[in-house]
Amino acid sequence: METLQKIAFNRQGFDALMDLLEQPEWLQDLRREAWQHFECLSWPNHRDEEWMRTDIRAFKLDQYALVAGSSDSFPSGTLSEGVDLGGRLVTLDSMPRVCELEPQWAERGVLFGPLMQLVTEYPDVIRPHLMTKTYNMAADRFAALHAAFWSSGSLLYVPRGVAMKQPLHALLALSDGSADLSHTLVILEEGAEATLLAESCSVPSATNSAPGGFHCGGIEMIIGPGAHLRYVNLQDLGQGVWQFGHQKAVVHRDGSLQWTVGALGSRLSKVNQHVELVGPGASSQVNGVMFTEGKQHLSYHTLQRHTAPHCRSDFLYKAALQDNSRTVWRGMIKVDPGAQKTDGYQRNDNLLLSDSARADSIPGLEIEADDVRCTHGSTSGRVDEELIFYSRARGFTRQEAIQMIVTGFFQQVFDRITIESVREALGRAISRRVREYE
Amino acid sequence: MTDTLEIRDLHVEIEGRPILRGVNLTIRRGETHALMGPNGSGKSTLGLVIMGHPNYEVTAGEILLNGENILEMEADERARAGIFYAFQRPIAIPGVKLADFLRHATTNVRNPQRKEGEELIPMREFRAELKEKMSQLRMDPDFARRYVNDGFSGGEMKRAEILQLAMLQPKFAILDETDSGLDADAVRLASQSIAEIGGERMGLLIITHHDKLLEHNPPQFTHVILGGRIVETGGPELAAELHTKGYDRVRRDHPEASELNDRNNEVEQPQLAET
Repeated sequence: METLQKIAFNRQGFDALMDLLEQPEWLQDLRREAWQHFECLSWPNHRDEEWMRTDIRAFKLDQYALVAGSSDSFPSGTLSEGVDLGGRLVTLDSMPRVCELEPQWAERGVLFGPLMQLVTEYPDVIRPHLMTKTYNMAADRFAALHAAFWSSGSLLYVPRGVAMKQPLHALLALSDGSADLSHTLVILEEGAEATLLAESCSVPSATNSAPGGFHCGGIEMIIGPGAHLRYVNLQDLGQGVWQFGHQKAVVHRDGSLQWTVGALGSRLSKVNQHVELVGPGASSQVNGVMFTEGKQHLSYHTLQRHTAPHCRSDFLYKAALQDNSRTVWRGMIKVDPGAQKTDGYQRNDNLLLSDSARADSIPGLEIEADDVRCTHGSTSGRVDEELIFYSRARGFTRQEAIQMIVTGFFQQVFDRITIESVREALGRAISRRVREYE
Repeated sequence: MTDTLEIRDLHVEIEGRPILRGVNLTIRRGETHALMGPNGSGKSTLGLVIMGHPNYEVTAGEILLNGENILEMEADERARAGIFYAFQRPIAIPGVKLADFLRHATTNVRNPQRKEGEELIPMREFRAELKEKMSQLRMDPDFARRYVNDGFSGGEMKRAEILQLAMLQPKFAILDETDSGLDADAVRLASQSIAEIGGERMGLLIITHHDKLLEHNPPQFTHVILGGRIVETGGPELAAELHTKGYDRVRRDHPEASELNDRNNEVEQPQLAET
């Protein structure tokens, strides 16, 4: 990777990447398969149900390429402030820059670092999971592109029974105009515990207040029996960045996942977030905080899939929208025929801070078992003027009242987030964003 | 000089419909006034207009605080100038803790010149004061950690309003049916609380149907509002009469106002409060 100069997203670029990367043969085969898919698939368009609300006609793949980063500095991130970390990984424009893991965890067999380097060292750990069951490279053309060209990313592997008390921090930084196709793989073996704080952001640019770029990521998380993972994913990319991602977690028997999403940045995001509960007693809690402004467009398709009985999935997304921004949420709880005693919940609330913002909120249920409890709901509306008047009658200015009401709106999600630094980082980001409006 | 709140020939409409038709009322700080009237008479409207609710249109008249017209002031400016309105139906603010809400409110009201983003009252100092006030009102300190009016019972909401009154210590306070929805014991406690937190130092306008709330806050003046106009003003004996005998005599004595009142009741009530 040290010699990576410029890899275009075409046949030539693919061949050049294959020559460049030192990788095992099985991975070469995976990439070739993905390239086949990429060549056969066409770009999604508004005729596809999933894309009918998300317009990507202005996206031009040939404007981007994998290029070794030019900047030397990178932001420090916001999630790990005041946190006693067990390890740290920083990637700048696909190149690992910082990689640290406390010796006490390394000694106990924990692996945490750049996936592309670890894949040659630990194929036995990685191969059974990498893009086998939790990543579908044929899902769409972006998924295929990602699987063919991914060249950076992170691996977290926690062996059986190891409970990591210290959180890990993974920061991905993108400089203006560059591309990042990073892949995240998290494997928790039986009874393992870990907390991973991941964030992606743009390197501030002196010339561009809305740094651009192309981020096409993939996330796979495997939570073994009785394992517990807390995963935070804060997306604060520049408002010129195109972001596409397929993200999926699989939770086995009695395992649990708390997945917190913060989506603040990007020009356009189209993300599929899936959680699959495959063993009895598995549970998941998904929390989402979104705040959009300008012309941002964030589209999330979420799936809570129950394939085993006695599982619980709990989902809450809250979004505040300013200016002409737009969010799309299409949620689905899918319960397979054998998944009796399923307890499923999904809710999406949207707060519209301007007349021209728009939130599409579409919950859904597909239930094939007969003994389940599934509930869903969604709301979208303006800040209630009566709340503003009540606050003003107690001395709050209109702006202070709105800021407080918006913060309160998100509090219900914050109350579920068990990591203080994450609550604080999201709270700060939100109060920075609420502006004056009439 | 004693602070004075003076309402002069106040005419108010909502959605083009007249509700107040020339209200005159002067309250000096330290006085307690009871405002009574049947449904639709304009009681709550008067309170909300004094506070500055944006849905009401003042078509004529003035509201003067120490001689200065406050009608052009926003609700928060009025609050900082020393006016308080205890809501008949307090509004829930989900996710905002009562203590945090009150710390910000108290800071703004005590430092009327404070700009957005400037420091709030130090946490320790504020907590100590809040705790003291809550114990005075016999409230559980945990109450302050709950979200403002969110899931509160009717009684809890009214007690929270009184707590806010106690913290903000306004020059003038309008208590809009602070007794409604409370049982007899709770009304007595509310009445006592208002007196204990220094109600006698404020100018109080107590809107009520009952005389229980007045027990510990005996009014020097009782006003009867009918059809959007104050038709009678008397002493505490008038409040007692209205409480025991109702409004029949007042209606007979003021047939025109009575008719206007009935007309107000025929159209749909505004959503936020009884008028």
